[in-house]
Amino acid sequence: METTVEKKSRYGMVINLDRCNGCGACAVACAVENNVPPALTAMNSRTGLTWLNLIPVSNNENYPDNETVYIPMFCQQCENDTPCVKVCPQNAIEFDEATGIVSQIPQRCLGCRYCMAACPYHARYFNWWDPEWTDGMKQQLNPAVSPRMRGVVEKCNFCHGRLHAAREKAAANGSSEIDMNDYVPACVEACPEKAIVFGDLNDPDSEVSKLSRDTNTFQFLTRLDTKPKVYFYSQKNWVHTMAERAMTRTGKEELYG
Amino acid sequence: MDKKLIPRGLQRTSFGNFLLWLFPWVALLSVGLYAIYLCLAEGLNHTNMDNRFAFGLWIYLDLTIIALGAGAFFTGFLLYILRRHELKSVINSAVVLGLICYSGAVGILMVDVGQPLRAWFTFWHPNVHSMLTEVTFCLTCYLIVLLIEYVPIVLKNRKLRQIPKFLVFEFQLHKLMPVFAGIGTFLSFFHQGSLGGLFGVLRGRPFAFREAFGIWPSTFFLFVLSAAAAGLSFVMLTTWLVQKITKKQLVKPEVFKFLGKISGIMLSVYILLKAIDTLVWINATSLSAGFPAFEFYARKSFGTWILFTEIVVLGMIPALLLTSRRMRERPKILLLAGLMACGGIMLNRFVMTIQTLALPTLPFDAFLSYSPSWEEIAAFLFVVAYGVILYSLTYRYSVIFPQERELQSPVPVQYETQPFSERVAEKFFSALTFFKAK
Repeated sequence: METTVEKKSRYGMVINLDRCNGCGACAVACAVENNVPPALTAMNSRTGLTWLNLIPVSNNENYPDNETVYIPMFCQQCENDTPCVKVCPQNAIEFDEATGIVSQIPQRCLGCRYCMAACPYHARYFNWWDPEWTDGMKQQLNPAVSPRMRGVVEKCNFCHGRLHAAREKAAANGSSEIDMNDYVPACVEACPEKAIVFGDLNDPDSEVSKLSRDTNTFQFLTRLDTKPKVYFYSQKNWVHTMAERAMTRTGKEELYG
Repeated sequence: MDKKLIPRGLQRTSFGNFLLWLFPWVALLSVGLYAIYLCLAEGLNHTNMDNRFAFGLWIYLDLTIIALGAGAFFTGFLLYILRRHELKSVINSAVVLGLICYSGAVGILMVDVGQPLRAWFTFWHPNVHSMLTEVTFCLTCYLIVLLIEYVPIVLKNRKLRQIPKFLVFEFQLHKLMPVFAGIGTFLSFFHQGSLGGLFGVLRGRPFAFREAFGIWPSTFFLFVLSAAAAGLSFVMLTTWLVQKITKKQLVKPEVFKFLGKISGIMLSVYILLKAIDTLVWINATSLSAGFPAFEFYARKSFGTWILFTEIVVLGMIPALLLTSRRMRERPKILLLAGLMACGGIMLNRFVMTIQTLALPTLPFDAFLSYSPSWEEIAAFLFVVAYGVILYSLTYRYSVIFPQERELQSPVPVQYETQPFSERVAEKFFSALTFFKAK
């Protein structure tokens, strides 16, 4: 017998790149909330764990026309034919039909990293080392989120622990619907510029839904047709041009022509 | 003791020489074992893989050695199913090579995954939509088939043949071999294909993503064909290498030519389809994902030369050489073409794994490079050393080449021992004598 799940919500985000000043509070809040261990000295930008990676992108113009935006890149919660879900050999990645959240089940993960190769946004991270916290940091670990071990993959799950807490609170109040004020991901909460808006994309009256339909809103790699649920907002033309460009040619690379 | 284990009528080097031959391989094996220990005990931080280069040398080599080991299934298919009895003289060698390649690949995979003790989860919680699930299932089953096929070779050992029950068992196994060959072909078809499918289904990697036929991308079929071509060439090359090392003729020259011919036919079909597939990818698949295909070749490290080398230099040229009867008659060209065919398939696997991961997808991402750590290289050399040791032991204590006894006649062997120029000169003089006599 097939179980049908009614699509209730499609949680998504809109990130205002014009507001983001690259302070990194979102990345820190994310790490603290989700028990992401601090970097070891042996780690580098390619082997470290950052569910939310803040990437500075410049328009490559000279002063005074030079501009930089900071792009918080993390799991885009793809909805259509989710690349990572499809490839995982042991169902360690789940697409929740009720929320649209793509979550990783580290307890089941083999660590084959096929999902990392499949992700077009490079938003998945492997535990190359054993996680280590100092004694003081251990006391600050979030009891609602289980830390991951060496040899498994992890990624952003829109603070799933907070969703569970919101559901528990709603259930305690006798409601089956959560109050969206109770479910706010850590990065959204921490942003001093209020650059990240989170909510239900299925609710046409929600701010996130309205912003996602704004003409200044765009997504990355839309032609791959994975239908991500994270949107970016900018009024700068060069940001839109950059986002539409499939591949870039940076000055650092040795190129023909 | 050692002499009593060597099959009757076969000449083998002294035990001391054999130990001397094994020594460097055992040393390599030990270094590799230490590297594997480091990776298992302390983690994959000993490798140079990272979050962008999630696959590295090991996955590339897994794909390569599984393709080269395909000679086992394809030789078995030709011999037992299509009844090409010419291949009887190399089937044992093909099986041993297959066993080495597959067991080596599975072994290195167990080091490559972060949680090897969870490997059984794939059988417990399988995702039927994942190509890796198909690979895992077929690879495991086929490894069992290869082990069963290896048993009669082990039972050819002189001491083991003295046990009547083993003789009966070996006889019964031989009767069942066509069944195992059939199962092996079926399983190999799927896992060789699924290995190609692994990358062909990656929608998020437009460089590797290909159009699908049913549930399989085109790379599924291309990998099957290319593995069949490379597998036979690899059997041919290894047989030649064993002949060189042992300084003996082990199979008749006709076998080399036949292997080359079939490998050439498979390679021709593969390269034709690969060329069509590449054109479709350049003109439709990649463009529809928003990536002009030639942007992928804009980096100096991976320019269009790599595509040209793969399809023309190491594809079309060996295919033409191997399918030409005149060229096959020339041993050096035959072997060179086989080497080129294997090189082309190795390059294809490199492109699918390493080039795919090096290329950026996001507009602000940079092209990345990767070079393996010493632990990665040592772990791979462990597989090479393990293969040489297993092959050497099987060769010494069993019968890998059934024609060996027959060919160890005092009559000098023309094949390979005589350079081509000398043979031409000899033919010229014999023709001259013929005319003079007239």
